[in-house]
Amino acid sequence: MQTYDALIVGGGHNGLVTACYLQRAGLNVAVLEKNGWVGGAATSRELAPGFVYSNCSYVCSLFRPEIMRDLELPKHGLQVVAYEGGAVFTRDGDYLASYRDHDSHRREFARYSKRDAEAYDRYARDVTRQCRFIQPLLMRTAPDPFGFRPRDLSELLYLAKKFGEFSPSEMAETLRFWTMSISDFLDEYFETDVIKAYLAISGIIGTALGPMSPGTAYVLLHHYMGEVDGSVGAWGYARGGMGAVTQALSRSFEAAGGTIRTDAEVDKIFTRGGRTSGVVLASGEEVRAKLVVSNADVKRTFLTLVDEATLPQDFVHRVKHFKMRGSSGKVNIALDSLPEFPALPHESSCIRGDLHFTDTIERMERAYDDWKAGRWSADPMLDTMIPTTLDPTMTSPGKHFMSCFVQYCPPKVEGRDWTDADRDAFAETVVSQIADYSPGFRDRIVHMEVRTPRELENEVGLTEGNIFQGELTFDQLLFNRPVPGYAQYRSPIAGLYMCGSSTHPGGGVMGAPGRNAAMEILRDLKRSPEQMSKAHDVI
Amino acid sequence: MTSFDVPARVTTNAYDAIVIGAGHNGLAAAAKLGKSGRKILVLEAASAPGGAARGREFAPGFRSAGLAHLVNRLDPEVARDLGLTLAPKSGAAMPTVVLDGANEPAVLRGAYGETIDGVSVSEAEAFGKLREKLVYQAGILKRFLRRPPPQLGAIGIGDISTLAAAGFGLIRKGRAEGRDFLRMLLMNVADVADEYLEDDRLKGLLAFDATLGIHLGPRSPTSLLGLYYRLTGEVYGKAGGQFIPEGGMAAVAPAFLKAAEKTGVTIRCGARVGRILADRGRASGVVLADGAEFAAPVIVSAVHPRTTFLHLLDPAESDTGFLRSISHIRTAGNVAKLDLALERMPNISGLTGRDHNGRIVIARSMEHVETAFNPAKYGEFSPDPVMEIVLPSLADRTLAPDGACTLSALIQYAPYKLKMGWAAGKPAFLRIVLDILERHAPGIGKTIIAADLSAPTDIETEYDLPGGHWHHGELQADQLLINRPTRAASGYATPIDGLYLASAGAHPGGGISGLAGWNAARHILSGAKR
Amino acid sequence: MNALTQPQNTTESRRAARNHILMPRLETPFHPRLTALDEVNDWYNWAGYKAPHSLFDEELEYFAIRSTAALFDISPMVKYRIAGPDAERYVNRLTLRDVRKLGINRVHYTAWCDDHGHVLDDGTLFRLGEQDFRLCCQERHLPWLLDSAIGFSVEIREETEEIAGVALQGPTSHAVLKEAGFAGAELLRPFEIGTFAHDGGTVTISRTGFSGDLGYELFVPRAAALSLWDRLWRAGAEHGIRAIGYSALNRTRIEAGFIVANADFVTAEGALRSDRVRLPDEIGLDWLVDPDKPHFNGRKAILEARQNQTLKHILVGLEIEGNIPAEHAIVYHRRKHEAGLITAAIWSPTAKRNIAIASLDRPYGTKFVSDLWVEIYAMRELRYQKMMKRATIVPRPFVKLARRTATPPGLR
Repeated sequence: MQTYDALIVGGGHNGLVTACYLQRAGLNVAVLEKNGWVGGAATSRELAPGFVYSNCSYVCSLFRPEIMRDLELPKHGLQVVAYEGGAVFTRDGDYLASYRDHDSHRREFARYSKRDAEAYDRYARDVTRQCRFIQPLLMRTAPDPFGFRPRDLSELLYLAKKFGEFSPSEMAETLRFWTMSISDFLDEYFETDVIKAYLAISGIIGTALGPMSPGTAYVLLHHYMGEVDGSVGAWGYARGGMGAVTQALSRSFEAAGGTIRTDAEVDKIFTRGGRTSGVVLASGEEVRAKLVVSNADVKRTFLTLVDEATLPQDFVHRVKHFKMRGSSGKVNIALDSLPEFPALPHESSCIRGDLHFTDTIERMERAYDDWKAGRWSADPMLDTMIPTTLDPTMTSPGKHFMSCFVQYCPPKVEGRDWTDADRDAFAETVVSQIADYSPGFRDRIVHMEVRTPRELENEVGLTEGNIFQGELTFDQLLFNRPVPGYAQYRSPIAGLYMCGSSTHPGGGVMGAPGRNAAMEILRDLKRSPEQMSKAHDVI
Repeated sequence: MTSFDVPARVTTNAYDAIVIGAGHNGLAAAAKLGKSGRKILVLEAASAPGGAARGREFAPGFRSAGLAHLVNRLDPEVARDLGLTLAPKSGAAMPTVVLDGANEPAVLRGAYGETIDGVSVSEAEAFGKLREKLVYQAGILKRFLRRPPPQLGAIGIGDISTLAAAGFGLIRKGRAEGRDFLRMLLMNVADVADEYLEDDRLKGLLAFDATLGIHLGPRSPTSLLGLYYRLTGEVYGKAGGQFIPEGGMAAVAPAFLKAAEKTGVTIRCGARVGRILADRGRASGVVLADGAEFAAPVIVSAVHPRTTFLHLLDPAESDTGFLRSISHIRTAGNVAKLDLALERMPNISGLTGRDHNGRIVIARSMEHVETAFNPAKYGEFSPDPVMEIVLPSLADRTLAPDGACTLSALIQYAPYKLKMGWAAGKPAFLRIVLDILERHAPGIGKTIIAADLSAPTDIETEYDLPGGHWHHGELQADQLLINRPTRAASGYATPIDGLYLASAGAHPGGGISGLAGWNAARHILSGAKR
Repeated sequence: MNALTQPQNTTESRRAARNHILMPRLETPFHPRLTALDEVNDWYNWAGYKAPHSLFDEELEYFAIRSTAALFDISPMVKYRIAGPDAERYVNRLTLRDVRKLGINRVHYTAWCDDHGHVLDDGTLFRLGEQDFRLCCQERHLPWLLDSAIGFSVEIREETEEIAGVALQGPTSHAVLKEAGFAGAELLRPFEIGTFAHDGGTVTISRTGFSGDLGYELFVPRAAALSLWDRLWRAGAEHGIRAIGYSALNRTRIEAGFIVANADFVTAEGALRSDRVRLPDEIGLDWLVDPDKPHFNGRKAILEARQNQTLKHILVGLEIEGNIPAEHAIVYHRRKHEAGLITAAIWSPTAKRNIAIASLDRPYGTKFVSDLWVEIYAMRELRYQKMMKRATIVPRPFVKLARRTATPPGLR
């Protein structure tokens, strides 16, 4: 029987981050992954001959630079490139582009409204202020307001001090920002539908909320608090696809002496006498360790892998009611040539950015109403990108791959399971929307992979296909994530920890939950986290 | 209004304070100020006091007592202080009946369902657990309603002691309850109800009560706040109760009026204020629409904050950012009010005669409320709305001729900004509502003598209420406490020295509680600079 | 709300505008003349326009301002036209100075603040008629100006692109105007506006400028820009006229003690960090604040800060020993306590002094006014020469020229 110091259940990006830090701190660590490859939802896979897809996550901006540096990811092959721009196509045959150049951006907005063009600067400043407030909290364990331990108290004081740096009017603004809907928030700055629609996208991506739901302004922040080399809010793309992130992590891990076992699905986590002692694999093999860290979501971990009877009832109750309904789907399309968008000027840089087709907030909200009723959206909100325009190495020259993130897509169809016919009908809404703006689009399609919450759950193991391993509502943030009293990566079982996106600060390819979990584990082991650099300053 | 020339003439202050608007908050403020011996003048635009609690004849021989058709949050301290005796002496709690059109009604008795008829024992027990939790949590929040919101940057002893008391209240029940409070505070009502309850009628009721008068659906995050707000109200010392006063809702306005008059307050009706006089940041009086001028060092505006700053005060007296935030107050109403004149008392299916005295809620389920909300987001009314019904003439026989009856319903969702316009939309919406009533009270249609539907646009006109919103601004998380109505005018004082806010648009919000006006007066009397 | 928002662009004109991306930097109406004269190809981005740092030689361009006549293209300056029945009341509420005291055909320098009294920008306000104003400034403010119009009957239009502006500065500038046939321009008093015929239309000439010298600013519709330039250029041939870039003008404005938004202070809407914003009294603009005029934006906050003595900064002129410019140097008190930062500094060729504008943290600059030092790091051939130099607070302007205010101006 194999024995390790620590086992990581699931080789997603957070599991690998925790694994790397623990291994580097001198523990003997093994990552157990059910699939034949690691990466979880951050993978690049050749699903059609000659085409490499980032088939789940598709944007790399949130990943913390501190982690990239600590784990020497550039040395292990990670390179992140910034998006060039983007566009929303409007139904009248025009588009709203976003350009990196400030004046071009302003003049583009001014095509629709001079007022909005200038209001954008104040909007960007106000959002950046909020980002600056939240950013330092990402790499810290959330304090337990009812923990009453010195560490919790000092962290609470830290939070109070951060907040206290605001002027009274900024404090009031912050309280508003955190509780507003992105739609209401944007209404205070802008008058043009397409501009509001373009800016609202980040308020809903990945969430089971519409742009008119309170709390979506915060979700926007969640997507903005990333950075590409210091430029806050910029979105980037990992060369080689999102798999490059997890590949670099696994190389870094193996280089430090760690063990990765693929095709090693964990069936049960042992818990005896309130302690874990290892896991048993689906194959029946037992693997022992004093520490088990679960990268799986909180429901899979505690309702499937751990024997419920060994857990406190309240805890199980809360886990059962943890909300993680899937709300998005993904359609990955291989194309034999670059699609044309006649609305765009010739050789527009927009094609190297994110492309959207939803030009009003109302259309987004109606798409959400469909989801509430248990249907996929008839007029979905797409966040598409043609990564091969930034990274031609992912396929042969001239061929392209289009990543289409689709909102909204329910975990069950009107209460029943997804069928293949449902899946195809869902994909059709996506293809037909793109084809409306790109003549001949269908003829270019070589291969298509459609992923509804069903596929995300089955392959990646995300319960209900929720890409954030838990919805980002107030009751599931900070000290409430995933369960009040258990928001510090520890579980009711001694030696069993959580490191996935179900924990603070939540989803996105950020790595922060993995790093914070490693920090708490090392603290319990009374080892100093020497390999862990301090969080970057926000000055 | 293009010019706001400030008259150079100085009139002597015949009054210590002028209150604009004789709604119940204006009267509460005037009564409280009057009690201190000061000379107070209340100016009311309408021909009678009472504001939205002002009665009106909506059909020959049939009267409606105003916008509100029951009392559920009159603050006991305000009532005691101002000598308001409104609650019926009988002490009998008014029940709430939930109709879904298919099953027998669920009837909540006592204060917000201390006992429930028509549901299973286990369900009643589950509701009791949830009720206990919500009432406890609402009790913690209640501490913040009776005092001005804390002033950031100048937190005072009072703020700290309120916070400390709230904190103590939280830990008193142990860690688990404290944690649960912080988890639930900004949740949606749907998830909470789903966690505790099975019965669709009860869930529908909670969804309805949480969202009534608010532009949110039960699945919108923060919608639980609406229910907390409802449960901060108490009757006979019990949270969540409701009643119709002895003599009906028509007794509400006179009670506040009497409280004010008792303290020597002068009330002038038919006196529409045209402008608030101010110069370089200090208010000095008002000018009526007819040109009459009154001077006073303190002006208390118990009308909508938007009216106050965009129409009564010269915009040149306010700063741009302030006016911008005032214009950003979301205050589009979502509720229509229906008054029906009926030949006789309707017979509502499945209801005992006695329970016709109750509040009757038509909401089949949480989904029903949520689905009713969807169109409102796009400026359309609900084709299948939810509503709350009261038969006012049962408590007040004077409202209808002998043997006849009135029915009052609050119906949502009926958005202020209706895309098709209310002129065209009203007949269609009325038909929908009457069809629903007919389903629940077969034959009621034939007994209708008159039907008067007030869309939010009508409510706006009738009561000078921008957006027709009875809270004078959305009661949502981002428009509460230090952000109500907006930061620079939270806590009753405004950027204009001597000008105070006392309407539902100020903390803590609407409903017949009297708190906004009473708190404002206390703040003015405290002499605090801000 | 009576204010007109900008007319919504029609779909057609909106679509026609999408090729803006092919020219990310706009060219001013004078651009053809500037490129023709340009020798050094040293351009920068001024508010989205291509503008010259220098056209041939920064130092010689400076002397053109101080000894002959210099033409400087100010077209990128943001210009708003404010007109309508409430225009005066509107501008009076918007800005710090009393606009009621500003006569028709007069200009004044002013500034405007947000609710907290923090300066949004400074600029010049031209009164073109009883209820007709032009506001010229550094930053864009359309949303603020439109929101300020809530409750006013006034129309606000940005006319930056439509109106070309050129500054003609220097001792021979009035001679150039006379030669160009603008008869009577020499009678314009400082801050006075005159209207003159040009190219079938009119040109607005004001005796204003940013150089602290005798000078004028001329505004014409875009179409008449090149003919105006040519008219001045021909007339200036015998009066030493030169075209100049910003670097030279910047030197003269420092000598004149003028401040520049987002150089000497951070504008309130631009500031990300809440402690970077400034009240008028903190950047030397206290003299603009008129507590006796009707209410204006930020009035309460400014007067409260004065009364409660919560002003945190002060802007001062410094004279520094030696000759090395102290740009962005830290100012110390008694050589060790940090007292502030230098925002602009040059060796003044006209005053022959080493001058600087500095923002000090009170009580430095108010209570502690002596024993100030600046730490200069001068990069010389890849090595910092570190110097601690004594600094003395001196009144601004550093250079005061009689010809700036004399009417009619003489040739000296």
